[in-house]
Amino acid sequence: MSHTLQTKNLHSGYDQNVILQDVNLSIPENKISIIIGSNGCGKSTLLKTMARLLKPTSGDVFLDKKSIYQIQSKKLAQTVGLLPQSPIVPEGITVADLVGRGRFPHQSMFSSWSKKDYEAVATALDMMNIAEFSDRHIDELSGGQRQRVWIAMALAQQTDILFLDEPTTYLDITYQVEILDLLKDLNLKYGTTIVMVLHDINLSARYADHLFAVKDGKLIAEGSPNEIVTSELIKETFNLDCQVINDPISNTPLVLPISRYHK
Amino acid sequence: MNNNTLKTIIQSRTKRKHRYITTMVILNVITFALCCAMLMLGNTIYPVKDVLAVLLGEEVKGASFTVGTLRFPRMLACLLAGFAFGVGGYVFQTMLRNPLANPNVIGITAGSSAAAVFCIVVLQASNTVISIAAVVGGLLTVTIIYGFSRTTSFSIGRLILIGIGIQAMLNAFISYLMLIAKTHDLPTALRWLSGSLNGTKIETILPLLILLVICTPILMYFARHLEMLELGEQAATSLGVSTNRVRIILLVSAVLIIALATATTGPIAFISFLAGPIARRIVGVGFSALIPSGLIGAILVLGADLIGQFAFETRFPVGVITGIIGAPYLIYLLIKMNREGNI
Repeated sequence: MSHTLQTKNLHSGYDQNVILQDVNLSIPENKISIIIGSNGCGKSTLLKTMARLLKPTSGDVFLDKKSIYQIQSKKLAQTVGLLPQSPIVPEGITVADLVGRGRFPHQSMFSSWSKKDYEAVATALDMMNIAEFSDRHIDELSGGQRQRVWIAMALAQQTDILFLDEPTTYLDITYQVEILDLLKDLNLKYGTTIVMVLHDINLSARYADHLFAVKDGKLIAEGSPNEIVTSELIKETFNLDCQVINDPISNTPLVLPISRYHK
Repeated sequence: MNNNTLKTIIQSRTKRKHRYITTMVILNVITFALCCAMLMLGNTIYPVKDVLAVLLGEEVKGASFTVGTLRFPRMLACLLAGFAFGVGGYVFQTMLRNPLANPNVIGITAGSSAAAVFCIVVLQASNTVISIAAVVGGLLTVTIIYGFSRTTSFSIGRLILIGIGIQAMLNAFISYLMLIAKTHDLPTALRWLSGSLNGTKIETILPLLILLVICTPILMYFARHLEMLELGEQAATSLGVSTNRVRIILLVSAVLIIALATATTGPIAFISFLAGPIARRIVGVGFSALIPSGLIGAILVLGADLIGQFAFETRFPVGVITGIIGAPYLIYLLIKMNREGNI
């Protein structure tokens, strides 16, 4: 089943600081959308506000035309999931147990794991290729493996919409590509709508079906990478001079920065 | 989905479930044995037969008074207060993800004590008023701490630091009250500074019993939410936990039972601090250590009181014994956390 997610006149921020200003957007269903922008532009704020981690100062977020603040939080968690930027690992927890916590919105109180819970956890572990670690403690794993565990937890939640806040940060390039490939698998196999914040513009152009460019808290452009990634847009968004060529591997735009020493 | 993966995770979870059940049975047996010991032991040792007869309401010469009126209320106070401190401490430590964040350290028991001592020394209030004041004092302290630590976002580090600051202020206030207190009020007031079970009467235990009957199921219901809160604000929210609401329910329930336990026995040192980590270690991961923490708390208090009463020539109040056990653990924990850079 697909769901629609929209924002209307969305303003948001921390304390009295309004970061996000008047954002109106609609997330394409069953697609991968990536939010890009420079540091502090409000892209993470936008993601957090859409995923109800931050309450808008004004405006609203709508899931299937209904304000997400009028949906019971557990019910909402069955449709919308999020992988936070820095989740906390409880001491001594095993991989399977952590992934199992993703089942919380589907479980009734007191009852122990159902067959469906076990199946969802097993599927998530297999999809992220971490089944062999299921009994290991999280602290024994490498950064890339850990990130796959967290994504598996979000997968076990089995939501149709999945938000990810910089899922590849601190990972080396091999793991970055691996994680993004796995997310693409998820999108193709289950039609999961994926919305994420990524720093790397070239990887974003490769994996995104739809890009949202944010600057100073405003949405300045959106569309498919081939449509919108131009040297003008990059200059405006990141204040960076660049040349945009075709990425021969993926046939998507490839941004080559022009630096002071390399003109 | 791979069937082997499914089989492996079902197997390992079943194995841990068995371990959890075994642990629960053992803890219950130990608690029960200690309760029996408390009823049997004393200046006169009564056999199980007599103790049972008294508990069933039969009149046994000598035993009826000693066991029924003296030992039974004391045993019940140990059991309930220990359980309350254990459960309450576990809730705090887990919710705040820090073993140091327990009601003893962040000033909630100090809030109860300060309110109670104020009522005794200044207002000359009755016992009921003192108990109510202790509960209100605990709740008020936690409200102040929570209010200061929650501006737009909630910070655990801020909460602990503010708690320690408030604890210091409250202790200064208690010291001041003790200085101005009349001599004949001092023994009653002192009871609020270190836990004691002497002269416990069944009427004073009743409110705690009723509260535990109400609050324990609530805490058990929210034990799962508590596990989600452990993953951090953002993960818990996206898993469908209304973090602020759940935190307030958990805090209020935990503070209520701790404040009322304090009103019953005085603040028995370190129980709320020790029970959680011990329970966690023996239960293992994957299952909530809420109820095991309560049982460990009860075992600690029962055991400490037995030691205090019978192990030495002079009788020591229970708080002295738990203090002797708890203080080294606090030092150990501080050293360990300092090494790991968690302070």
